[in-house]
Amino acid sequence: MTGNARSPEFTAEQLAEVRRLQGLYPDKRGALLPALTLAQETFGWISLEVEEYVAGLFELSPAHVHEVVTFYTLYFQQPKGRHVVAVCHNLSCHLLGAKGIIEHLTQRLGVEVGETTPDGRVTLLSVECLCACELAPMMQVDDRYEGLLTPEKVDGILEGLR
Amino acid sequence: MAERILTRNFDVKNAHTLRVYRGGGGYQGWEKAKGMEPGVIAEEVKNSNLRGLGGAGFPTGVKWGFIPKGSTAPRYLVVNADEGEPGTFKDRYLMERDPHALIEGMLIAARAIGSHLGFIYIRGEYVQPWRILSDAVAEAYDAGLLGKNIQGTGFDFEIVVHRGAGAYICGEETGLISSLEGKKGWPKVKPPFPAVKGAFGQPTIVNNVETLACLPHIINRGGEWFAGLGTKTQGGTRLYSVSGHVVRPGLVEAPVSVTLRQIIYDHCGGIPGGRALKAVVPGGSSAAILTPDEIDIPMDVDGPKSKGSMIGSAGIIVMDETVSIPEALMVVARFYAHESCGQCTPCRESTGWIYKISHRIVEGKGRKEDLDTILDVAKRGAGTTICAFYDGAVGPYISYIEKFRSEFEDLIRSSAHA
Repeated sequence: MTGNARSPEFTAEQLAEVRRLQGLYPDKRGALLPALTLAQETFGWISLEVEEYVAGLFELSPAHVHEVVTFYTLYFQQPKGRHVVAVCHNLSCHLLGAKGIIEHLTQRLGVEVGETTPDGRVTLLSVECLCACELAPMMQVDDRYEGLLTPEKVDGILEGLR
Repeated sequence: MAERILTRNFDVKNAHTLRVYRGGGGYQGWEKAKGMEPGVIAEEVKNSNLRGLGGAGFPTGVKWGFIPKGSTAPRYLVVNADEGEPGTFKDRYLMERDPHALIEGMLIAARAIGSHLGFIYIRGEYVQPWRILSDAVAEAYDAGLLGKNIQGTGFDFEIVVHRGAGAYICGEETGLISSLEGKKGWPKVKPPFPAVKGAFGQPTIVNNVETLACLPHIINRGGEWFAGLGTKTQGGTRLYSVSGHVVRPGLVEAPVSVTLRQIIYDHCGGIPGGRALKAVVPGGSSAAILTPDEIDIPMDVDGPKSKGSMIGSAGIIVMDETVSIPEALMVVARFYAHESCGQCTPCRESTGWIYKISHRIVEGKGRKEDLDTILDVAKRGAGTTICAFYDGAVGPYISYIEKFRSEFEDLIRSSAHA
């Protein structure tokens, strides 16, 4: 079992935000996904300790929170890189060369899909449809979509990631 | 060229802001609807022949009518903005370029069904659309278009923008509801249908983004006008997402009577390099694949159905003659194996095994019996699960193999294990 560097705890402002979110739903449990998203932004990833902490804020069992965390792809259960590069490998992107883009990325970054570079800079993923098929082949880089990818374009994007 | 309705603001600078949206006639549908009896709004929508544009194609006005008459329980309006069907990207455009059209549509729907609380469930990956949409909701609150006693009408309506966390199944309306309730996105057994017992146990109407964005136009110009744009059984224009091997991939708005051939060749410039068409997915990856002799069909709910497929989310994926259909099937099978929520055994097991078999065929390790095994497994599981996910997977499994069987057989024959 691995823990976060510090024991997880929201600031007073973040706690107030969680309470505000909980008040938006007929049952406060509705705010669980948004609260987990906030936790991930705060702590970097969702460890078992984070699950337990969030469970306490919702008066839920840690097992329930674990079940939720493991169900969704956007929650990381281990530390991720400072940047996440997620290449779509679904049909439209496949037809227009996603495989070559993924191969190019594994070579440039020196990691396999699912891994993080040793310097902690980039986590490389291949994912299902991001629904930007008109930009195929495309990928998500942190918050933004990058499309009509070529190896040259990918190199330029990687250079911008520090 | 037909009139642009849903995309009319897409090229207008800053149309995502309230000022510009209103300047172009925005919120006039709501201004009209707020003085109408709820039943009259619903009647207008029924007359419009508006069909749900998320995938199932159910008549919207009829769906609203499923809330039990006389129920005094709170009822919720939930927007399905969990766009995830491979090949589809229309709702992203709507939320980024015309978010107030969605908010206005929600106000109209909320008044029609008597809801005072709405949720927009947007997929977690859509960060940019979420930011734009959230800003638009905040603007609407500031302008008194949302909140308590809207414009002195005595009508209250709040909107909560809720982000998902990555799961295709949350686009299934009961899976979406589970997720909104803070659970894993497992679909629920129906009945009870959401209109009777939905989010947080209360009557709930789940409508797609594009469906709701049609409402301001229907109220402004009348149900009859909207119905007249389409075919006998479906009104309006709709947004076709087109990708794959076309000269101009992108979003096409056209009346639902448009044919698949017209979309591919007239709107999107045909196949690049003068290559031949091999196959088309007409309505998102869950729709059965069509061959070049099957594309002279109207793209309403009935056209693709007449060829054993479905219009679904209207995500069109075009494949030219260079495409390996066994490889395409493997890609699609990988998707269903990954996204099966795991609740029902036939779906969980079949999607996993069919992916493994399709993978070994592509790797040159296919066996003679593999194709019949996939077809057998696919057909046995159909109709046995809680939600439509597995039935959606069966569409491609069967159609790719049945329509391109010789290509699979050639590949298997040439492999050492045959």
